[in-house]
Amino acid sequence: MNALARHRYHRAAPVVLVLLLLALIAGVAAAVSTASSAQATTATADDVTEGQKLFAANCATCHGMDAQGTDGVAPSLVGVGAAAVDFQVGTGRMPMQQSGPQARAKAPQFSQEEISQLAAYVASLGAGPAIPTEEQVDPALGDPANGMELFRTNCAMCHGSVGGGGALTQGKYAPNLWETTPTHIYEAMLTGPQSMPVFNDANIDPEGKRDIIAYLKAQDEGSPGGLRLGTIGPVAEGMWGWLVALGLIIASTVWIGSRSS
Amino acid sequence: MGARVNAAASGTANWVDERTSIGGFVKFFARKLFPDHWSFMLGEIALYSFIVLLLSGVFLTAFFVPSMTIVTYDGPLATMQGVEMSEAFASTLHMSFEVPGGLLMRQIHHWSALLFTAAIVTHMARVFFTGAFRKPRELNWLVGFTLMILSLAAGFSGYSLPDDVLSGNGLRIIEGVTRSIPIVGEYISYWIFGGEFPGEILIPRLFTMHILLVPGLILVLIALHLFLVFLHKHTQYPGGGRKHTNVVGLPLFPVYTAKAGGFFFVVFGIVALVAALFTINPVWNYGPYDPSPVSAGTQPDWYILFVDGALRLMPGWLFDVIPMEWEFWGYTLSLNLLIPALIMPGLFFGFVALYPWIEAWATGDRGEKHVLDRPRNAPVRTGIGVALITFYVVLVMEGSNDIIANLFHLSLNDLTYFFRIGIFVLPVIAFWITRRICFGLQRKDRELVLHGKETGRIVRHEHGEYVEVHEPLTDQERWLLVSYDDIAPLEIEDEYNDRGVRRKGYRWDRFKKWLSHLYFEKRISPVTPEELEAAQHEHH
Repeated sequence: MNALARHRYHRAAPVVLVLLLLALIAGVAAAVSTASSAQATTATADDVTEGQKLFAANCATCHGMDAQGTDGVAPSLVGVGAAAVDFQVGTGRMPMQQSGPQARAKAPQFSQEEISQLAAYVASLGAGPAIPTEEQVDPALGDPANGMELFRTNCAMCHGSVGGGGALTQGKYAPNLWETTPTHIYEAMLTGPQSMPVFNDANIDPEGKRDIIAYLKAQDEGSPGGLRLGTIGPVAEGMWGWLVALGLIIASTVWIGSRSS
Repeated sequence: MGARVNAAASGTANWVDERTSIGGFVKFFARKLFPDHWSFMLGEIALYSFIVLLLSGVFLTAFFVPSMTIVTYDGPLATMQGVEMSEAFASTLHMSFEVPGGLLMRQIHHWSALLFTAAIVTHMARVFFTGAFRKPRELNWLVGFTLMILSLAAGFSGYSLPDDVLSGNGLRIIEGVTRSIPIVGEYISYWIFGGEFPGEILIPRLFTMHILLVPGLILVLIALHLFLVFLHKHTQYPGGGRKHTNVVGLPLFPVYTAKAGGFFFVVFGIVALVAALFTINPVWNYGPYDPSPVSAGTQPDWYILFVDGALRLMPGWLFDVIPMEWEFWGYTLSLNLLIPALIMPGLFFGFVALYPWIEAWATGDRGEKHVLDRPRNAPVRTGIGVALITFYVVLVMEGSNDIIANLFHLSLNDLTYFFRIGIFVLPVIAFWITRRICFGLQRKDRELVLHGKETGRIVRHEHGEYVEVHEPLTDQERWLLVSYDDIAPLEIEDEYNDRGVRRKGYRWDRFKKWLSHLYFEKRISPVTPEELEAAQHEHH
């Protein structure tokens, strides 16, 4: 390598180049993601068009090309609002994998950007509940004690006393709520997916909904008493009492009884 | 040093003995013989968990306030801040979150309550399957049975004390069941609750029942139970030299006192370990009692679950045609509550309590039995026991039907339909299969006695025949396999004597004959010495 080349290619050049490249990628990614989160709140005409394309390709088989629904297969989506789409597609319930007593939650099939486009398209078909803002669903702003009372009166009969889930008729069920995001909890109350009733703002006001989210998020701290055994109540406790407590003790009786005459 | 300690100990013992003459008792107890087997310690688990219950319960009474006065919560729990609740519930939260070690004590108390009832049931099952309830121990079976019922009362009254939503729902069901008793139900319900449910006096009343009445009765009956064990002497498993007239075992002192004393700490330790690791009855999740909400997963503790299961199982309309609720002259007769919650437990527990007499009618044997049966040698009894357990387990599963449906992605309705048929069919199938297995095991025992153990060694005779060498059993092994009662079914005198006069008591005798044939018509007899002799000749 001659002197000129040695001067031109500094020892640190590759490192500097890699760092620059990383900075460029991070910058572009940040710009793109701010752009998409801006899109989530304010839908543009572009979103509606994109959403319509996505809808025609992925949803229209059951819901129909105009989202008017098909008798006995899928309901009309006119007027369900952006909140319903964000919940159903965002929790992976739609597109539905198979028929059954109810659609199961699974990994979402679309990116948040695509979900927002679909939501924008469905919202353009007729007025319906909108996706809640960050502030509306912030558990830190809610009162968990009021949430406890609201949850007990309105939700616990299906979802269990702390949202651990429970069975409904004919194989349907109320899911566990601990992994559900605050936005999805809010949207579920607002739109009443599947067997769930709608809790509109006259029934539980927006502050009440936020209090319920605060109560559910308070469960993340775990139980002060130790492992929770699924918080499904005395059935699990009884089973553990028999299997673990009595099981260990009977094992020790066999041990004590074996060293004998 | 050693000499001084000995002198001090004997001096003290002598001082006490000169004033109480207790030396004779100590000698008697210390030399009392007990046979050894791990299954004889199941009752001890119940006794020790009761002691743990007493110890932890005394701690809890220091902080619990048995009052239904309404207060507003102000404490460390964010989800209860400013919520109205009874003092009973508030003091439960206080002892759980503000008293050092309080939550651990609560959990020890509740876990040992579950263990207490489970150990009693397991102990009863051991007594049942080995025939330890036979003469002269029928009375002690009844004492033990009463202890089991009292343990349910102790458990349920304690479960209801915190005045939370879960236990309040249980009390609401008790109220409904009480009211379903024809004519007097309403009065009894008003008498229990001091007026309309839930009233304001129930918690103080349950408290008295839970800490004074029921544990007092349990203590007295435990004393009686153990006294009768001493009086009758302990039963023993069959084996060489063990007869109905002797006891083969070790003296109480020193081996058993050390084992039993150590075992108490094993039980306490395991309960404490479980209580430290696993949450039980998180009342802070359920919230203070309010008659309106009922959450999913509302069940009683396991020992009452079978009644809940029966209530869930019972159809409101029989075959969709016959209603289970009738109205007569303004009185409602709720068969849909009466049958599952009162008549079914009454029949079930009644059968369990009276079982020693039922079997005595069938065997017609009036001798004292101190050697236990191996379950296989009493196939019908073992079958009945497994059928009872199956019946009970079906009810427990139905009581947990929502949990099962949710965990295994099944339809709640289909589960209930399945159990409605299963409650009648599964115990019968269980009885039949168990009896078959018992017969099979008895035949295997006969085979072993007659032909000995297979050695896996093949020998070829000079004339070309191959045989497997069988090794004869030792005397001890053979004793175990052949020493059981071979009871022939009862035969009775004719209904009319030779002069055509009908004799008294024929119908009762006919019932006993029917029962005896059910038990013993088909049986595998133990190998007789002649059969053994013949089999040995055949071999040589």
